[in-house]
Amino acid sequence: MKKDLISITDYSKDEYLKIMKLAAEFEENPNQELLKGKVVASLFFEPSTRTRLSFETAISRLGGRIVGFADPGSSSATKGETLHDTIKMVSNYADLIVMRHPLEGAARYAAEISPVPVINAGDGANQHPTQTLLDMYSILKTQGTLDNMNIFMVGDLKFGRTVHSLLMAMSEFGNPIFNFIAPEELQMPKVYKLFLKEKGIRFFEHTEFTNIISEADIIYMTRVQKERFSDPIEYEKVKNIYILNNAMLKNTKPNVKILHPLPRVNEIHTDVDSNEKAYYFTQALNGVFTREAIIAHTMNLK
Amino acid sequence: MSNDMKKKLKLKVSAIKDGTVIDHIPAKNLFTVITILGLDKIENQITFGTNLDSGKLGTKAIIKVSDKFFENDEINKIALIAPHAKLNIIRDYEVVEKKIVKIPEVIKGIVKCFNPKCITNHEKISTCFSVISKESLELKCKYCEKITSQDQIKMY
Repeated sequence: MKKDLISITDYSKDEYLKIMKLAAEFEENPNQELLKGKVVASLFFEPSTRTRLSFETAISRLGGRIVGFADPGSSSATKGETLHDTIKMVSNYADLIVMRHPLEGAARYAAEISPVPVINAGDGANQHPTQTLLDMYSILKTQGTLDNMNIFMVGDLKFGRTVHSLLMAMSEFGNPIFNFIAPEELQMPKVYKLFLKEKGIRFFEHTEFTNIISEADIIYMTRVQKERFSDPIEYEKVKNIYILNNAMLKNTKPNVKILHPLPRVNEIHTDVDSNEKAYYFTQALNGVFTREAIIAHTMNLK
Repeated sequence: MSNDMKKKLKLKVSAIKDGTVIDHIPAKNLFTVITILGLDKIENQITFGTNLDSGKLGTKAIIKVSDKFFENDEINKIALIAPHAKLNIIRDYEVVEKKIVKIPEVIKGIVKCFNPKCITNHEKISTCFSVISKESLELKCKYCEKITSQDQIKMY
């Protein structure tokens, strides 16, 4: 059976741990010719420079060749070709498909059609599982464990798919605590709170940001995404509501790390960048090693 | 008045010799039930009545299909829109079995995903939902993973 990665819940806890172990190996030795002679299709139906470059770097470091497109304007989608036909065609050419698509569920559908494995590089507001795995790797690297983490999630918790997936994945590990900090309009959806309740995992909700982050092991900042708002006035109300600055980190724990899936807009002041607790740029680098690990696992190469 | 006479007066659609009578269909959903069961495409004799008095539903519809006996999977498809439907299996004018519909674990190709950004609303894909709550009726889309709740359910 082929191993697609479409949703974070497609992997078991053992697979999470395997990916973490492999990512550490790739960090030690990033250039391994495991994909020599293989072709990987990188299909970006919507632009995403960071994720695409991270994947294409991972593929290059594994010695694979890349075909594909970086935006829908250069694909047959502009001629009205269906996703079905694009995937049918591309899966004839390539050994693996990495796909980003603006529509939710597109990756699951592609995986059904494709005889070669599909890795979801983001499908609308639904899933972005490789981001979650690199977030987990970043937590493991900086904290030495994935257990007993007190994770603060800040900003757009309603539409932010990365926080939803991270919450689900981290719930597999021992004794996590979640603190959700969001304005009324952008609170964590009920379905995830219900999920945590059913698993007996503690979580707390706040609308205030300051003075409560001293307990955090991880502060996961997110961008309030303008494109998710139908009413621009609503966006203006909340866009700058939580801005993390250096002074706010004064009384935080020594091990705390600031994560952000990037790109940031205003959520983290640039004066945080030089603080050793800032980790978001290294987090992005971890993405390359994690994606090498995911590709190796998906292709049964390790 | 004899019982036979009362029975005849009560009958608003004719009796069938062999087949299935589907009773307690909400009147407004009669034609959806016909479509879901594909009754508009079969050649069996079908009679139906609608806007009939019902203690439970206010008004109800009833469908009688001659020489047709449904599989459970087939009939359970109507559970979403006719949860109180009852089936009488008729052989030689007698009711030989009664069945009630049950909401299945998986709903394929009947319900639209409420999420406008779901791929199933953009390409020709048969929808597929897992039923995550039968009481409050919540359906999780296999593709976009969003939950369609009872008040959002729309049929194709």
